[in-house]
Amino acid sequence: MTAHFAERSIAESALARDFEATHALSRSPRRAAAFSRFQVQGLPTRRNESWHYTDLRAAMREAAPLAPPPDKQTIEAARRMLQARKPIGVGRVVLVNGAVATELSEGLPASVVFEREELPSADVDDAMVALNEAMSLDAGELKVLGGAAFTDPVEIIHLTVGEHAQATYSRLAITVAAGAKAEFVEDFIGATPGVQRNASTLMALAENAKVKHVVMLNDQAGLHIESQIAELAPRAELNAFALVAGGALTRRQLFVRLAGEEAKVALGGLALVDGSRRADTTLQVNHKATGGTSREFYRAIVDDDGVGVFQGKIIVEKAAQKTDGAMKSQAILLSPQAQMNAKPELEIFADDVACGHGATIGSLDPEQLFYLQARGIPRAEAESMLLEAFGREAIDRIEDQRLIEPLREALGAWLAAGRGKATSMRTLK
Amino acid sequence: MLEIEHLSVTVHGKPILDDLSLSVKAGEVAAIMGPNGSGKSTLSYVIAGKPHYVVTSGRVLLEGEDLLALDPTERALKGVFLAFQYPIEIPGVATMTFLKTALNAGRRARGESDLTTPEFMRRVREASQLLKIDLEMLRRPLNVGFSGGEKKRLEILQMALIQPRMAVLDETDSGLDIDALRIVAEGVNRLREPTRGFLVITHYQRLLEHIRPDVVHVMARGRIVASGGPELALELERKGYREFEEEAA
Repeated sequence: MTAHFAERSIAESALARDFEATHALSRSPRRAAAFSRFQVQGLPTRRNESWHYTDLRAAMREAAPLAPPPDKQTIEAARRMLQARKPIGVGRVVLVNGAVATELSEGLPASVVFEREELPSADVDDAMVALNEAMSLDAGELKVLGGAAFTDPVEIIHLTVGEHAQATYSRLAITVAAGAKAEFVEDFIGATPGVQRNASTLMALAENAKVKHVVMLNDQAGLHIESQIAELAPRAELNAFALVAGGALTRRQLFVRLAGEEAKVALGGLALVDGSRRADTTLQVNHKATGGTSREFYRAIVDDDGVGVFQGKIIVEKAAQKTDGAMKSQAILLSPQAQMNAKPELEIFADDVACGHGATIGSLDPEQLFYLQARGIPRAEAESMLLEAFGREAIDRIEDQRLIEPLREALGAWLAAGRGKATSMRTLK
Repeated sequence: MLEIEHLSVTVHGKPILDDLSLSVKAGEVAAIMGPNGSGKSTLSYVIAGKPHYVVTSGRVLLEGEDLLALDPTERALKGVFLAFQYPIEIPGVATMTFLKTALNAGRRARGESDLTTPEFMRRVREASQLLKIDLEMLRRPLNVGFSGGEKKRLEILQMALIQPRMAVLDETDSGLDIDALRIVAEGVNRLREPTRGFLVITHYQRLLEHIRPDVVHVMARGRIVASGGPELALELERKGYREFEEEAA
């Protein structure tokens, strides 16, 4: 990869200044190496294939200043935010403005250990993943020990405290021992429009490990960049879902490797995009061993001037015979200005595989609307019912009631807030 | 109760109904019989307010009120009920949730409070038993994977719960075996009341053996070409539609 731009953008220059000025970052050789990897590429533009629909360099006019490690006041503010929040799981790990807040983390099951520690580089070629590694002051690892089979989800709460412009970087690893079973919810809350967030989660599932992982994004971050990097050993299973209901510009990127034979991955998401928001999900699944299964099922509801993006690439390497892959992206557009860009791709180098993909973009089904209205249900309520059903079908694939309930609630709240309903005003005569 | 006056309708520019006039009195069961393509389903959709049907002339009145000025929801809330020939599948919406939403929409429009869950369940259970509908079926998504007979029984269940003033049944007999037909017909007959009108649209006389009509209208080429008593249905069964179609031409 070569730098396309001789000159740094204002944001790129600001990032460089921040990096140099923060000695905890610039004096770490690993971070310095990561930052130069970032600098070679610069902020992604449309010329970068995997960022084709989100020109971050153009969108990110300025770089918000790096958030300092949280002080006592910030931690107290975070504590109050946590008290106001309805917990989903048993225990929790809390990050405040990107930094690990051990004093707020509590109640982890005995089979889960959380340690603050440096994490190795992720084997992913992406400028924003490199920037995350360079700029993270802090990192931590959640280790699920062998024999663990906790059925209550553990929460990872990414709290942003403060109304001002700030950039937060968080870096987290989840490693699951052979045969262990675990569930995680990552919840991003508290960010205001001045916040630029860059979060990475590195997951490693050992043989036969089974993990469910849910992400909820429902705050007002100006920029949310999230990288989920997962590697699966033989017969490991990952079911990962994300609800994107907030954030002005959100980019979720998933890099999943089925490194061991007969590994299984189910990736899913629901993006609810209103106003002038933009939600980009880009994923790459690499089948590297025989007998792997991957399912990708992404839905989006786009209203107003919103823009949705789904890019999915399934790569089946030569060794990955008997791969079974199916990818689907479906979107409902609720206004004439709403946009959805869908680009599913398969790259298959093995000869004995069953892979397919499909993408649909449409509006609410007029036949279904008429049927509901013919039973006396008001138009807006009928639309809401159909949208809720459309969203629930994506959510329900996580197949765990405790994870499904909060997701359904968030979907219901989004619909009830009138977002996703604006259309009835326009389409009614 | 229902007055249709000189109704002409086009769909995508094509005339389907041509100066059609018809009335259904309160307490009456009127049957409309006609060959395929005569415009029977179009008539039912126009009464219920399906979009994309363009009324070029005429009026449809329910107890003197112009239905054509209302959207489908408002028509339903005024008492119009259409039992669909092909009930729509709605994945992701549990049938029970749909029934409750529909019932409560009607109650709210009348200024009544929502039904409590036990009261709602009591009504559903009672109506389902009469129609031999398994409650388990109602926990599934609306019409998804239902057999033809199950879908039609569910339409009648909805009608029994909603208690409309004017029910239009569009080929409710199609796709039913004789047992299902009897159950559905009994469901309709239980709802016959002096204050309620029925418009039963069918291709065959078979349904009318179970739901005895007061009046039979014959429809061909978008208009009513003959009207009479129940004996007209038998005559049609004997002679076929040809004669009436020629008459309309």
